[in-house]
Amino acid sequence: MMRALLICFMLILLQVTSALAEKVRLAVTSSFHNSGLSDHLIPHLETDLEIDIQLIVVGTGQAIKLGENGDVDAILVHSKPDEEEIVKTGFAKHRREIMFNEYVILGPANDPAQIKFSDNLLEAFRNLSKANTEFVSRGDLSGTHKKEIEIWKKINFNPKKIGTKYISVGSTMGKAINIAVAFDAYILSDKATWLNHKNKGNLEIQFEGDLLLHNQYSFLPINKNKHSHVESKLVKKIEEWLVSEKAKKLINSYIIEDKQVFTFNAK
Amino acid sequence: MNEILQGLMQAFWLVLSFDSELITISLRSLYVTLTALTISTLIAFPLAAFLVVTRFRFRQAIIATLNALMGLPPVVVGLIVYILFSRSGPLGVLGLLYTTSAMIIAQAIIITPLITSIAHQSMQGLWVDYRNLLISINVSKMQSLGTLMWDSKKALITACLAGFGRGIGEVGAIMIVGGNIDNATRVLTTAISLETSRGDFALALALGFVLISLAISVSFTTHWLGKTERGGLR
Repeated sequence: MMRALLICFMLILLQVTSALAEKVRLAVTSSFHNSGLSDHLIPHLETDLEIDIQLIVVGTGQAIKLGENGDVDAILVHSKPDEEEIVKTGFAKHRREIMFNEYVILGPANDPAQIKFSDNLLEAFRNLSKANTEFVSRGDLSGTHKKEIEIWKKINFNPKKIGTKYISVGSTMGKAINIAVAFDAYILSDKATWLNHKNKGNLEIQFEGDLLLHNQYSFLPINKNKHSHVESKLVKKIEEWLVSEKAKKLINSYIIEDKQVFTFNAK
Repeated sequence: MNEILQGLMQAFWLVLSFDSELITISLRSLYVTLTALTISTLIAFPLAAFLVVTRFRFRQAIIATLNALMGLPPVVVGLIVYILFSRSGPLGVLGLLYTTSAMIIAQAIIITPLITSIAHQSMQGLWVDYRNLLISINVSKMQSLGTLMWDSKKALITACLAGFGRGIGEVGAIMIVGGNIDNATRVLTTAISLETSRGDFALALALGFVLISLAISVSFTTHWLGKTERGGLR
């Protein structure tokens, strides 16, 4: 028992000493990571600022929760109403828009719900609500899931009415796509994750290019007044770097399959 | 089928090329689980022996509880450890969340009931044979504990292997408390989960094969050590 305690104590000591190195924890949305952009961007950020960035990859809902609990120093997420809420409650200092990409609807190649030539997104979703086809939903209150709920609300349709063919999976973007591939189902995804995803199966982009599908990513530093241990100076440096010319170049030059996937729009 | 072959090939390639990232996360997996195992055994073995040789009021209840906790759901343990160590939680000031220490604590909680139960079961059998002898030569309780643990080494090693197996393959708890941070808390199981979510099944599977071979080699090493010390281990 004594030895166990001693070991515990030594391990804690080890952690405390290693905590002396400058490191910042960011909770980021799974699409930022699954799309591969983080691997493209973060190494530059780390070398330029000489800090150790620790990414916790979760859905937007969980990222915001981690921020409120003070378990991370800043969050990078994509759900404007939630972002405004956490700024209002004071847990986040402010909200800084960084970049955007777009959502797309993926579906089986033969497009059984006939959404490909819909005039707009709402018509595409109406077709999906009528067609008796599988639809995979993230179901994890992530940014993408919130977007999906928003669209169903806009056409006044409760997706639960689809019944057993509405598959709510509660997984990250990539895992949800895997499930959609297995069911040959429709799914709302961000375009970057889809392009970077290896297991594409029989799915294709069946609808894209509607203003409603705009997907804005923002950076929110956690408020030092709420959680005194937050590395607010380093976070400020990160924020300045993310809105810099260099970040702009890097984000805009991230290409998958000859396509630019993210567009820098920080002001 | 094709994916399994691809995964095997890639696993071989990763191992043969001494991929530095693979080595780091494999070592981290071993470090976390072996440390958790050490802590667990230090608690579990004496506790199991104590439960065998003493009689007190809630003994049966404790044994039954420990048996039930063998199936403790890792994801619940992860959640509880997260809440405890979150900056807003009671132990938040320690700043242990998203470190390997938090992962070790979570795994130790998961493994301990399992090892205690297995150890208790085997020592109980031995105690039936030893009890009268030990009492007749008038040894102290502490000495009885020691004798019991020493003479059931082989069963205790099996208990350790069971605990190791449960820990090394566990993902639910360490994903929550470790956060799967690159270069800090990423281990084999969380890396597999990550590659699956990227749809890179071949790489995920390759990591899976590495994990399985790691578990097998630990088990073989233990058996081999047992054999070479033929006199010591019965």
